[in-house]
Amino acid sequence: MPGDTVSVTGWGRTAPTAARLIRPRTYQEAVDAVRGCGERGGIARGLGRAYGDAAQNAGGSVLDMTALDRIHAIDADGGTVLCDAGVSLHRLMEVLLPLGWFVPVTPGTRQVTVGGAIGADIHGKNHHVSGSFSRHVLSFELLTADGEIRAVGRGTSLFDATTGGMGLTGVILTATVRLLPVETSYMSVDTERATDLDDLMARLTATDHRYRYSVAWIDLLARGAATGRAVLTRGDHAPLDALREGTRARRQPLAFRPRRLPAAPAFVPEGLLGRTTVGLFNELWYRKAPRVRTGELQRLSAFFHPLDGVPHWNRVYGRDGFVQYQFVVGYGQEGALRRIVHRISERRCPSFLAVLKRFGDADPGWLSFPLPGWTLALDIPAGLPGLGTFLDELDAEVAEAGGRVYLAKDSRLRPELLAPMYPRLTEFRALRAELDPRGVFTSDLARRLGL
Amino acid sequence: MKDAFGIPQSLLVLGGTSEIALATTRRLIARRTRTVWLAGRPSPALEQTAESLRALGADVRTVAFDALDPESHEGVLGKVFAESDIDMVLLAFGILGDQARDEREPVSAVRVAQTNYTGAVSAGLVCASALQSQGHGSLVVLSSVAGERARRSNFIYGSSKAGLDTFAQGLGDALHGTGVHVMVVRPGFVRTSMTAHLEEAPMSTTPEAVATAIELGLRRRSETVWVPGPLRMVMTALRHLPRSVFRRLPI
Repeated sequence: MPGDTVSVTGWGRTAPTAARLIRPRTYQEAVDAVRGCGERGGIARGLGRAYGDAAQNAGGSVLDMTALDRIHAIDADGGTVLCDAGVSLHRLMEVLLPLGWFVPVTPGTRQVTVGGAIGADIHGKNHHVSGSFSRHVLSFELLTADGEIRAVGRGTSLFDATTGGMGLTGVILTATVRLLPVETSYMSVDTERATDLDDLMARLTATDHRYRYSVAWIDLLARGAATGRAVLTRGDHAPLDALREGTRARRQPLAFRPRRLPAAPAFVPEGLLGRTTVGLFNELWYRKAPRVRTGELQRLSAFFHPLDGVPHWNRVYGRDGFVQYQFVVGYGQEGALRRIVHRISERRCPSFLAVLKRFGDADPGWLSFPLPGWTLALDIPAGLPGLGTFLDELDAEVAEAGGRVYLAKDSRLRPELLAPMYPRLTEFRALRAELDPRGVFTSDLARRLGL
Repeated sequence: MKDAFGIPQSLLVLGGTSEIALATTRRLIARRTRTVWLAGRPSPALEQTAESLRALGADVRTVAFDALDPESHEGVLGKVFAESDIDMVLLAFGILGDQARDEREPVSAVRVAQTNYTGAVSAGLVCASALQSQGHGSLVVLSSVAGERARRSNFIYGSSKAGLDTFAQGLGDALHGTGVHVMVVRPGFVRTSMTAHLEEAPMSTTPEAVATAIELGLRRRSETVWVPGPLRMVMTALRHLPRSVFRRLPI
């Protein structure tokens, strides 16, 4: 199948490489594409929201799976959906919300595919209650390196290697996912402010279990006594009786109406997001948040995916692009978390809206990111001088504390740290060697880290 | 693969004993680079350089490469690329020659031209094609301000660098969109053993400063890098001076 050679990057717009982009429209075309991969192999790509190089494959093939986007069956009583891997969570919400169902796990954007959600074993604000995406996947069909399509069920080693396996075990074609029942498309949200990091951690520890969704926006530019000040937003799906009688919301409680702002311009000068602008933004964000507010009704999209309202928001970092750094350290390693937050804050990284969250129990995916503990995610402009070395130092701290960084966001990890961070890497490599001896599935991420 | 900051994990240096190349390699090893190929004429100096880089923790291998033997380039460099991906090629070989002698002995003048220009054309094309098939990588070409405008005192060397510079610019355009990045580095007077016998020119720089500029250029995916940076403005001005005036400048 012909494909154009195009330059491909992740969402962070760093490290572009060229690959043959193939867009299969049928399963057979996908099989042909995998069988026809040259010696530089292939990798599946969804909507390209992985920040780093996970869905790039220099000199080889990249399979754009977004044309395989059919929803095959919805069990509206039992709450499951069978769909193609190229279906986005946005599309699932459009279709499922009116039926009273919601996706079990959503990240900070709806613009990810089901295949990508499984491959990166994504998590959302409900991880402490609901685990990662793979916990809700009942089965999937995987196109493997030999060109065969295998049905993969829970509890098998292929299932656990594929969930979080960054697409390196094969191409997911379809998946059956368990859904969450909801009465409305609104969220009932409690907001509160935490004055510093200790206050924030105390609040999250004490009351997180009361909420299905919980996240804290932390101001990493605040220094001194205010280091780690944050706005906590936590909530759950609003029940029908929370909507006032006579409002449009009450008449159409399950309508899905995401708002959309104009796209970010194609060219933004570098350095727009410097310390001053980001500091000002963070200050305003903190000040405008109420000290305490409970039961506020918000649209789903405003609560879960505020940035989806601005298409191409990743352009605001200019030509240099940006790096997203996300790590987790286990409970009992709060010291490491504090040290890292203080280092970032002292370093004055212009990072707006960093996110701190508590994870619940881990899922069995061998390379799945979440483990019970604290996770911090932040965006940093890639052009910041000395950033590479600084993040290497943070990595060392994270690894020392038994933590890890998130592969779906990584674009710069030192390869030596991969094995300490992901202890089941050996099994993963062994399974790949057996399943894919020719190394058909590979990506820039896999080459860079020696996955 | 390069990381988000453009730092390579594997590096091929053509002209393995060049001081600028050595300073650059040291700097990159301190960041990420693990595999280094040093290509050059077999010599104790090449092995010493390799040993000094091994001491920094890199896996360093040497490979016999002669710029003056273009027929061998495809074979020699092809073997390096066949082993594994090369994230960055640093084209650093070149000789200064001796202007006075070269004017007297055309054969030695031709050797300057063959090393700096035709040797680089051949090696550059071989590397470009290999980088293109792997779909990623940077080709960093050490040019010189001497190629920007002919000077009485070093026009033989300067003309070879002018050819190289133009070649590298065109190659960069040819490779645009293939995932391969070509960066032309134009240092001013660099204080090295190659220039130790010469009188220092204004705005002189060091191999370390060139290395720093290369690291920054990799991150920005720059196409042209001047070292020091203000040289760009100075040369822009000098380029437009009338010949009669330029000729009389004490440079």
